[in-house]
Amino acid sequence: MLEQIYNHFNDIVAAILFVIGFSNLLFQKNLIKKIIGINIMDVSIYLLLASQGYISGRIAPILTDGSENAVTYINPIPSGLVLTGIVVSVSVTALMLSMTVRLYRKYKTLDLDEILMKVRREKEESEK
Amino acid sequence: MKDLNNKDNRKLYLIFRIVASILMVCLAASLIICMLDMPGLFSSEHPGENIVAERYIESGIEETGAVNFVAGMILDYRAFDTFGESNVLFAATICVMVLLLVQKPLPRKYRRKKTPDAIEGSDSDSSKLPECKEYYEELREEHEIEPKRIKNDVILKTVAKFAVPFILIFGLYVILNGHLSPGGGFSGGAIVGSGFILASVSFGFDKMERFLNKRSAGIITFVSLMVYCLAKSYSFFTGANHLESGIPLGTPGNILSSGLILILNICVGLVVACTMYSFFSLMRRGKI
Repeated sequence: MLEQIYNHFNDIVAAILFVIGFSNLLFQKNLIKKIIGINIMDVSIYLLLASQGYISGRIAPILTDGSENAVTYINPIPSGLVLTGIVVSVSVTALMLSMTVRLYRKYKTLDLDEILMKVRREKEESEK
Repeated sequence: MKDLNNKDNRKLYLIFRIVASILMVCLAASLIICMLDMPGLFSSEHPGENIVAERYIESGIEETGAVNFVAGMILDYRAFDTFGESNVLFAATICVMVLLLVQKPLPRKYRRKKTPDAIEGSDSDSSKLPECKEYYEELREEHEIEPKRIKNDVILKTVAKFAVPFILIFGLYVILNGHLSPGGGFSGGAIVGSGFILASVSFGFDKMERFLNKRSAGIITFVSLMVYCLAKSYSFFTGANHLESGIPLGTPGNILSSGLILILNICVGLVVACTMYSFFSLMRRGKI
């Protein structure tokens, strides 16, 4: 069991990071902290992909010594996938942050519960 | 916040916390059990280690001419994927602009007198339109207008004077050497963009605006995306069965080699640098 855990060390760290990010989403009330939680989840996915692509004893996929043998290099596909993930996460983070700025300008608070209560109060007032 | 301290709501909140913690523990346990079933760390028996990766490495040099196999993969075999990523960045910039470039409209009776300067809303403009003074003061209170003068920070300015040129040159090196060494359009563009951000923080926003503003950043992004699109979309007219360009591949290892990859790297780098800078210049207005 211990040896198995040692063999999957990076994967288990990635899983724990993912859970930490997800529980940030659930337990934090502050919108900025929720966004930080989503970013932690993204980082755990990069760690998982990068450690799946690495094979011990092989080198980065850049031609060295003229060797064109696939056994010399690690798998290049996870590197490309991590690149895609980083770009998407940057875009999503920027979008969420700008939405937070708009919410703050309107409600003057970052607490999600208070924002929801203010929205409900506005609704009740408009119904009257 | 009377509702939050209500007894029923507090009870509900406690129940939510307990259920959520149990859910998180279950998620962690199931993820770890799944991880233990995967092939061992750093082993070569991975299902991803198949004929696709082998093909990318073994015939990559002949077909793309790029020494960096990852650059050859993402900008030649998977060029449309990278084009989609650049478009995602462009769409994100547009969404942030839609969300953050909104200003309160001028009071209705002054709207006809609105001059191009009045839209900018600096001190001199409010003196031009004394009737709108209250409006501008209200805006300033909300920090919706960016500060025209920044603090004269000697340490930051001196460090930035030395650091910015090196950061920009390093970013350009990473972009232009994308097919030869680690790096490429995305990482180099991020470095150049952060150099722009450092320059605009330390030397003043208005000085940087003269060099690169939202409008010119948008035009540069659009032109680079169009160049990328036209350089790659011809394959639709040739039956979409091969992605070779007419440009000779050259000797692998030279800076002018690997056909279209160098041009596409420059396009992607420009898109990323302009996106980073325009994110910053849009987000620096307002406060939290």
